[in-house]
Amino acid sequence: MKRIKSIVLLLLVLIMGTMATGCGDKRPTINVYNWGDYIDTSIIKDFEEEYNIKVNYSTFATNEDMYVKLKQGGTSYDVLFPSDYMIERMISEDMLVKLDKNNISNIKNVEEKFLGLDFDPNDEYSVPYMWGTVGIIYNKKMVDDKVDSWDILWNEKYKNQIIMLYSQRDSIAVALKKLGYSMNTRDIKELEEAKQELINQKPLVYAYLGDEVKDVMIGGEAALAVVWSGDAVAMIRENPDLEYAIPKEGTNLWFDNMVIPKSTKNKEVAEKFINFMCRPDIAAKNADYIGYSTPIPEAVKLLPEDIRNSKVAYPENEKIENTEIFKDPKDIIQVYDKIWTDVTSEQ
Amino acid sequence: MKMKRTSYPYILWMGIFIVIPLFLILFFSITTGDSQNISTFKFSLDNFKRFFTPVYLKVLGRSVNLALISTVICLILGYPMAMIISKEKIKKRNMMILMFVIPMWMNFLLRTYAWLTLLGKNGFVNYIVTKLGFQPLNLMYNDKAVLLGMVYNFLPFMVLPIYSVLIKIDKSLIEAAEDLGANKLKVFMKVILPLSVPGIITGITMVFIPAVSTFVISRLLGGNKYTLIGNVVEQQFLWTGDWHFGSSMSIILMIFILITMAITSKFDKDKEGGGGGLW
Amino acid sequence: MVNKSLKKLYTFLIFAFLYAPIIVLIVFSFNSSKSRGVWTGFTLKWYVELFKDAEVLKALYNTLLIAVSSAIISTIIGTFAAIGIYNMNGLGKKVVLNLNYLPVLNPDIVTAVSLMTLFRFLRIEFGFITMLLSHITFCIPYVILSILPKLKQMNKHLAEAAMDLGATPLYALRKVIIPEIMPGIITGGLMAFTLSIDDFVISFFNTGPGVSNLSITIFSMARRGINPVINALSTLMFIGLLGLLLIINKRTDKNQGERGGLI
Repeated sequence: MKRIKSIVLLLLVLIMGTMATGCGDKRPTINVYNWGDYIDTSIIKDFEEEYNIKVNYSTFATNEDMYVKLKQGGTSYDVLFPSDYMIERMISEDMLVKLDKNNISNIKNVEEKFLGLDFDPNDEYSVPYMWGTVGIIYNKKMVDDKVDSWDILWNEKYKNQIIMLYSQRDSIAVALKKLGYSMNTRDIKELEEAKQELINQKPLVYAYLGDEVKDVMIGGEAALAVVWSGDAVAMIRENPDLEYAIPKEGTNLWFDNMVIPKSTKNKEVAEKFINFMCRPDIAAKNADYIGYSTPIPEAVKLLPEDIRNSKVAYPENEKIENTEIFKDPKDIIQVYDKIWTDVTSEQ
Repeated sequence: MKMKRTSYPYILWMGIFIVIPLFLILFFSITTGDSQNISTFKFSLDNFKRFFTPVYLKVLGRSVNLALISTVICLILGYPMAMIISKEKIKKRNMMILMFVIPMWMNFLLRTYAWLTLLGKNGFVNYIVTKLGFQPLNLMYNDKAVLLGMVYNFLPFMVLPIYSVLIKIDKSLIEAAEDLGANKLKVFMKVILPLSVPGIITGITMVFIPAVSTFVISRLLGGNKYTLIGNVVEQQFLWTGDWHFGSSMSIILMIFILITMAITSKFDKDKEGGGGGLW
Repeated sequence: MVNKSLKKLYTFLIFAFLYAPIIVLIVFSFNSSKSRGVWTGFTLKWYVELFKDAEVLKALYNTLLIAVSSAIISTIIGTFAAIGIYNMNGLGKKVVLNLNYLPVLNPDIVTAVSLMTLFRFLRIEFGFITMLLSHITFCIPYVILSILPKLKQMNKHLAEAAMDLGATPLYALRKVIIPEIMPGIITGGLMAFTLSIDDFVISFFNTGPGVSNLSITIFSMARRGINPVINALSTLMFIGLLGLLLIINKRTDKNQGERGGLI
């Protein structure tokens, strides 16, 4: 009894002590909110030292998680990394502040084709961080057909060897593209057709996966999977039997950009941070660590040869001509949700 | 006695952190509108109507079915385990109970995720199976894998309450029964089993509830092929942003669980409430 | 004899089942590949990287701090609440007991979102405090549920007798009731610690900038793949816990007696 009491007391003292020490930092602070494992953390340290600023770094798992968190308020983040359609939504809901380009001179390093995109036509709110495509990764030892179309994901031959993305939006987009429709369609009939395609495909699907797809494909447990290009680079590095293809019907081109939300308390420092991330040496260091594609050509030149020349990470221009960027589904999101529930509740 | 005053701080706490949030959820469930903007809220029972359509009922049915099966498996596996432990000497007993708790201190996601390495097509189990000359089995991404995940994660919640009831049983009762000529089976059926009912009920509750509302297990081990009710609720809050529909589903789930618990507690002779205690 | 070895075999199988994934985790913390799909060779590099990874270390620190504080606070509040509830009667008791069950019954996501709405409503800035408050909230019911049965088991007249003999209620509480229900208090605290350390959903929604725990870090790594550094950390934690367990066991061995050990 006595011993327990003294242990409890000791712990309480320890907690009080550590809580008190946390508040000594007088440097200006910014709160950065990014995807998990999506930055080389040593870059944060470089930034802190160079500008004498403290960075509070935290992470989220999906755009939607981040959106809910931000929308609910009570937080003051300074830099976020949402994707294209989410930026569109956040702009339309007046959640972002306009950037002062004078503080972000390094935006000049960003390749022209990644600027002025539909979700932020005048680049007023966002600066590109990483980009990529969605495609099919396949195991050469298990697939002998030519992989150049989404149709292969409906091929009976690969029953129980196909992995789809666990994401309403991406899976429905694949079905729409297979049918030759736009992945941003708002036509209910086209969406219904896509749903029927997904239901037809379901008996062939091994699983609908998120990140685990990487381990499954590297381990040679499935033949075909829908993946993001950045992940494909990592998978091919681990298992040379894998290859990545962008289907001819076209695919999704995606962007994760840096933005500053309305809740910011330190806009200037946040802009400094964004500017820092666009410096070629820093962007290269970062892209080398996380393996995704940087939109800064000067940085690409600094990357190791195998990544620089990778057609997966940096495809030829004609490969991405046929792509679409996601738009915010707005009210039609309910239809997506209904479709997905119908598909996943199908026995 | 004045001792009841000691619960007042908690009653206050409960009012703020349990009752008010519950009313918030209830409020969401009977309104529609933009979840983030209270001025758009309108009273409506559409959320409930929407739930009582075949799609969602099918999902609920599946979830209940899987949760029930996993609860039964946990009971069948857990009861003998609890009995074995309860008959050990104090020291060994404590050690074994702690060994049930320690795995829970490793992150839930990591532990569940690790099953992939064991059950995959080229996984460890299939390695053994093929070495023995059999065809590799399809172990991952189906109902059986989900059941395994549920049993794996919730088995301790069945063993612990049964164990804590078993060690409390008065040994002299068992001896008396034996003296009166009852054989082992009879002692078990007539003395031990009836006395351990409160523990069984707590165990069933503790396994069934998390099993019926889980979304992580069906995602990681079921490959998301068949949605459970937990996944649908999660989708509403995180993806669709329809907190109203999400809330009404939670309310339905809550009522459903309460009814189930009311029925099971009918079997519990101890009407005091609180069952046999958690551990 | 056959019976005994059968029991041993059964126990072994159950524990093998419980520990199989943990062994996988440990083995793959020494894998040189970042993927769990293949074994490419032995390495210690994830352990080296672990101690350089400020993000993971900070998350570990937050996790432990939150788990210990919420376990202590919820055990204290829960113990008093349980004693109070035990001494209540009639409708009031029923209402309190049933309300107490709610956080146990609710799916995590519902508890998480409703607490988040509440904090927003109260205009509390999200951060360490909100996370701690929400952890305490979902831990207390479990503490109460593990103490109540011990109170029921206790002789009703014990405290009364003490007070008849001139003890103040506080003294009776300290010297008679609390020692009687100590095993329940300890299990309650342990339970609270366990729940807190493993929680993701509630933590995620009720934390603020710069404050994340291990499960948030692990879950948010999901899109890019879980870094094996996490495996290394889990291995160290596991070994640490096992060591602690052995020490406790040795200790209780020495002064084994009156109250019968830990649980």
